[in-house]
Amino acid sequence: MSGIEANITDVWTLLVIVGLAVITAVSRSFFFLSNREWHLPHWAQRGLQYAPIAALSAVVVPEIVMTQGELIATWQDARIFAAAVGVAVYFAKRNVLLTIVFGMGVYLPLHLGLGW
Amino acid sequence: MFWDRTLYQHPEFKQGARHLAPQAVGQIPWALMTGVALVNSGLSLFESVFMTLMVYAGSAQLAATPLIMAGAPAWVVLITAFCVNLRFVVFSLHMRGYLMHLSRFRRIMMGYYNTDLSYVLFTQRFAHPASSAPDRLAQEAFFAGMNFAYWTGWMTFCLIGIGLANAIPPAWGLGFAGILCLLAIQCSLASSRLRVLSAIVAGAVAVLSYALPLKLNIVLAIAVAVVACLMAEQLKALKASDA
Repeated sequence: MSGIEANITDVWTLLVIVGLAVITAVSRSFFFLSNREWHLPHWAQRGLQYAPIAALSAVVVPEIVMTQGELIATWQDARIFAAAVGVAVYFAKRNVLLTIVFGMGVYLPLHLGLGW
Repeated sequence: MFWDRTLYQHPEFKQGARHLAPQAVGQIPWALMTGVALVNSGLSLFESVFMTLMVYAGSAQLAATPLIMAGAPAWVVLITAFCVNLRFVVFSLHMRGYLMHLSRFRRIMMGYYNTDLSYVLFTQRFAHPASSAPDRLAQEAFFAGMNFAYWTGWMTFCLIGIGLANAIPPAWGLGFAGILCLLAIQCSLASSRLRVLSAIVAGAVAVLSYALPLKLNIVLAIAVAVVACLMAEQLKALKASDA
């Protein structure tokens, strides 16, 4: 993040990135990786459908309501308002782009203008 | 895949690309902002470009990058990415019937280049796997054409985003656009009450267990949410059988 560190390339990070590429291939080919016929247990198959939204929520929610490991104590935080507007816009228009545009339209003035 | 002559010379290849292109236009800003967000999250320019070219998974990249920057161990980063990609695991179950006649290498290439949009459009257009060899090739070419169009557009705009990011100060907080994008995808997945429950449980657990080392709060949150939803399903089934 800081100006000095920002542009240093790290070998470990590159290895993790290669690992991520393997994850892309494996997850997207998961059920046709093997040549054999095989079945996932029924309960696991049902459980699978709840995992993607859980994964996203687990990443997204702390990024909105926490600062440096603490739950934010003030309502004067641009992220909360931007996220609320974003969710409302998404369900009104079902459009990812508009969600980002309106969300940032709320976030930037509050963040840059008011310092929230 | 799309460098294969039997596929890119097939008329269905062009059809696939043409079918996808207009619907993928809405994804352009997402690709741009993914590029911007990668750099703003602290990756170096080279790392951002390398990740974009190698990983080809926007939401997984956006989810993994903060973990990498926080110094989380590789397995936590990879499990998180896998979990964000789990929807593709479900897609692969669906795509299995269309692809099993291909060699393993070709199947994996088909999987690697698959995207949400091409999966949805493909299964919309071909409700069933083809039964003859020429038809199977036509389906494969159509799929490859869509993936080619998406890959080209994604790479172009993501790399432009990486280039632009250096002209945009991180203090502006534009990286938050990446979070908003994930939030929108999260909303698009909220198609049932139990999935909403999953999101609420996972979000709450991730916040409550934030102090855990190694970003384990994310893995814990996913596990608790899935178990909670399976239990809620059972409860619902019990209630239904009582009534």
